[in-house]
Amino acid sequence: MLILHCPYCGVDADETELSPGGEAHLKRFGPGSSDEDFQDYLFARENPRGVHFERWRHAAGCGKWFHAARSTDTLEVFGTYSAQTTEPPKEICDRISGKRPGWTWRLFG
Amino acid sequence: MSTRLANQGRLIDRSKPVKFTFNGKSFTGFAGDTLASALLANDQMLVGRSFKYHRPRGIVASGAEEPNALLGLGSGDRFEPNQRATTTELFDGLESASQNHWPSLEYDIGAVNKAFARFLPAGFYYKMFIHPRPFWKHIYEPFIRQSAGLGRAPKDRDADRYEHFYAFTDILVIGGGVAGLLAAKTAAQSGAKVMVLEQTAHWGGRAPVDGGTVNGTAVADYIAILVTELEAMDNVTMRLRCMGAGVYDHGYALGYERVTDHAPSLEGPRHRLWRIRAKQIITATGAIERPLSFAGNDVPGVMLAAAMRDYAVNYGVTPGDKVIVATNNDDAYRTAICLKEMGVDVLRILDARDTGGGELMEQARELGIRIDCGRAIGKVSGGKRVKKVAICAQAGTGAALEEISCDAVAMSGGWSPVVHLWSHCGGKLTWDDSLSQFRPDPNRPPTGADGQGFVVPAGTANGEMHLGEIVSDAVAAGKKATQDAGFKAKRTAAPRGVDTAYAPMEPVWLMPRNAEMELRTKTWLDYQNDVKVSDVQLAAREGYESVEHTKRYTTLGMATDQGKLSNINGLATLANALDAKIPQVGTTTFRPPYTPISMGSIGGEARGEVFQPIRRTPMHDWNEAHGADWEPVGQWRRPYAYVRDGETVHDAVMRETRNVREAVGILDASTLGKIVVKGPDAGRFLDMMYTNMMSNLKPGKCRYGLMCSENGFLIDDGVVARIDDDTWFCHTTTGGAERIHAHMEEWLQTEWWDWKVYVANVTEQFAQIAVVGPKARAVLEKLGGMDVGKDDLPFMEWRDGILGGFDVRIYRISFSGELSYEIAVSASQGQALWNALRSAGDGFGMMPYGTETLHILRAEKGFIMIGDESDGTVIPQDLGLNWAISKKKEDFLGKRAQQRSHMTDPTRWKLVGLETTDGSVLPDGAYAVGEGVNANGQRNMVGRVTSTYYSPNLNKGIAMGLVLNGPDRMGEVLEFPGTDGKIYTATIVDPVFYDKDGEKQNV
Ligand SMILES: [Zn+2]
Repeated sequence: MLILHCPYCGVDADETELSPGGEAHLKRFGPGSSDEDFQDYLFARENPRGVHFERWRHAAGCGKWFHAARSTDTLEVFGTYSAQTTEPPKEICDRISGKRPGWTWRLFG
Repeated sequence: MSTRLANQGRLIDRSKPVKFTFNGKSFTGFAGDTLASALLANDQMLVGRSFKYHRPRGIVASGAEEPNALLGLGSGDRFEPNQRATTTELFDGLESASQNHWPSLEYDIGAVNKAFARFLPAGFYYKMFIHPRPFWKHIYEPFIRQSAGLGRAPKDRDADRYEHFYAFTDILVIGGGVAGLLAAKTAAQSGAKVMVLEQTAHWGGRAPVDGGTVNGTAVADYIAILVTELEAMDNVTMRLRCMGAGVYDHGYALGYERVTDHAPSLEGPRHRLWRIRAKQIITATGAIERPLSFAGNDVPGVMLAAAMRDYAVNYGVTPGDKVIVATNNDDAYRTAICLKEMGVDVLRILDARDTGGGELMEQARELGIRIDCGRAIGKVSGGKRVKKVAICAQAGTGAALEEISCDAVAMSGGWSPVVHLWSHCGGKLTWDDSLSQFRPDPNRPPTGADGQGFVVPAGTANGEMHLGEIVSDAVAAGKKATQDAGFKAKRTAAPRGVDTAYAPMEPVWLMPRNAEMELRTKTWLDYQNDVKVSDVQLAAREGYESVEHTKRYTTLGMATDQGKLSNINGLATLANALDAKIPQVGTTTFRPPYTPISMGSIGGEARGEVFQPIRRTPMHDWNEAHGADWEPVGQWRRPYAYVRDGETVHDAVMRETRNVREAVGILDASTLGKIVVKGPDAGRFLDMMYTNMMSNLKPGKCRYGLMCSENGFLIDDGVVARIDDDTWFCHTTTGGAERIHAHMEEWLQTEWWDWKVYVANVTEQFAQIAVVGPKARAVLEKLGGMDVGKDDLPFMEWRDGILGGFDVRIYRISFSGELSYEIAVSASQGQALWNALRSAGDGFGMMPYGTETLHILRAEKGFIMIGDESDGTVIPQDLGLNWAISKKKEDFLGKRAQQRSHMTDPTRWKLVGLETTDGSVLPDGAYAVGEGVNANGQRNMVGRVTSTYYSPNLNKGIAMGLVLNGPDRMGEVLEFPGTDGKIYTATIVDPVFYDKDGEKQNV
């Protein structure tokens, strides 16, 4: 029963208000892409023990999608931020680096 | 015998007798008794039978950890199985019954299972599956069926009420013993909001029984003062009979309050589930005493030493007249002293330690109790109660030195802190060698959103065993939680607690240390699941090294008590067998709830009518009053048919279906999803959402569209209308509106966020009424107000206008193949428009029709239905809908996926019509079988039925199905074996059964 801060409406939302949307920052591959790229886009997912970036929707609240950076093992939340970006904001990456030096996640870290 | 003593019993009121029954027999106890203490007071030693061997079982503990005394309580719609007698407060009229026996508790035929014991070693389930099949069927299965199940499930609907409470607090204290109360007071003095939960009916925990002083005051009196102080504080909430059931992510916790279990005559819900958010949680959950592992340690009358002391002090009950105490620590001496002082004959204390105990041993000796050091119990004899004890040397193999007749045995193997709530959300443990126990590791607490610990253990739950340390640890825990919750702790000194010092305990995992096999096969670890020392040893020999695997292989700790008594002894046995250290073997996972909570409390108020909301159309009441046979569609209720007097539902469907084709029908279509998509980029967006082109649709026109997921699979369909330059109006399937609206929002917010588009779900803003059939136009014209002729409102167009005085939008679309108008009006006008249309339809034979008629009409026309022809694995190409997939568009959701090799495989099953050779109706979902068999020896499948109906217009069964190479096999006959044993034969035909050229809808 996580609590995540919705960056749109400002509510600290209980997990019962939220619906999960899987991994964040997927790059869409459409017509013209290779089988490998498309398959990875559809099915290949990170499964880290530690730093992870996720999509959540404030479904029973303002209805907006946002991103959360959190640790899957300690449940620490490093921050939530707009879903309208292709990479995590620098301040959140810096915050993670302060706590988990040397972290990496896909191309980030 | 087990009996009530003449005095003592601090929790009972001897002036208030209470009547209750056990297995139909009447007994009397006192107000304040638990069911367990009252049964013991009435010499009812035998309370149940074990799960596997149906061995006689007696009460072994005095609290939540009790594994044996599980009873069925109440009767009828208030019956509940598996309730612990030790945590059941007695009330007048309580009905209880023992479980797992036939025909009676005393004479149980199932006990012959003991003869089968050699068939039931560790892993017996797994081993049996390997045996030859006949052996399983004729020997094992009947036997397992006989012994399966613990208690019996209630048959009636639960008559009681349950509720949820939500609470937010700065600090939650779980456990109302001296440590919990003191920690709560320390925290509350800072001004923080504090909530204290205690699972029993009394504050104070064990301390009033065990004694000692705090700041010179007797601990029982000190607790009373603490409670008074806390109750006077506005920032403190205190709940008795409320168990901390679980600790979850980010400071979430569940409290399980048994509000009226102890007094069913009281008003209010039976159970209340507290859903709590706390900044910090203090677990002051105490400790549980461990049984000793000796042969016959499950005979009724063998009891935990501290439990025996509880029954004596709290309820004035002794489980025996002649008691033997076996221990590896000093605490059990308290029981011997307490019983002796109350006049019970304590025959012997067997202290496994060669050097015995400390000050308490001296006190016992002064009272004249004989103490044998380095001695152990070799074996307890007796069937349904203890008869005698064989004494042996702890260092030996069990050769009897002496036999003593007695009727009760008190055992103590030391204490295990209750670390469950600490561990639920990831708190780690550390092994304490001096006390041979796992205790919370303060450096590895469960962590919250800020990455910091949010659980603080206190007192005995933190591994502190003496009042002095308990009290100072509680104050320290209270201060830490206060500061971590963001408050300033008051600078106060901890009070001074004093009790008797102990000599060191000595771990005893098997009694005697080298007990021979004969004894080990009678030495029980898990009383409820009948797991013996020899079972765990066998598992280790067979290669089970992981404690989690051993647990599942032997079923140790898998019963309703979740191994509260058995786990530590079991894993010590495993560690010894593996020649490993206990901390290396580790513990199994602690999962909530701490003890079972009622299903009713989990459901709370969410049952019956309020289980989930029902969505009703504006015409719901009219439908209800006119014979609607309701069909749930998502959360909506739709009329399946309007049944008239004297008709069956089937009759009604046949009548309605014919009437639409012959005259005119009227359908409540309000449940159709309605989504407005608007903005400069709306056309571009819809071109991505739908497989076909929507941007080039002209205002005033409609187009049927398909939606696919990014995986390529069909997810929805519906008619899209272009309203103006930048506005489209999308219809979705009934029940699909929320899902499709969310799907659109997701893509807009997370992929194309710079596109200028708004989407709004306006499903409930409009009532929609379909007027369908050859006389539909005449009905609308009678109502008048707008032109609805062939040229004024052509097929697949829409117009706004005034119809019979109503402000409407009419779509000329058809899901039936008939002349059809779908009329949308604001929801508030829905019923009035329905009435007006009904009146106008009077002379034309108009009838309302329901969803089944809708289905038959569309099936006659070969129109697909999402959820029938599609099931999440079907792509539009499978359904012959290539005409609705744009070849011009560079991209749409699903396009890339539909190019994958599996999607373009020519052997994908394709949609066809199916017509039975004898006119009967194909069974829904039936599979067509082809030549040959598959790898499992089953006949190969070549297709399946997706929709099947009886068509009253065609007077035969019609169906659609997906068939291998179907469209190329027109005229072939397929075989469909039914579950009724019949084989149905059907010819592959065109899926359009009626009006193939589509002339009727386009008049
Ligand atoms: Zn929000």
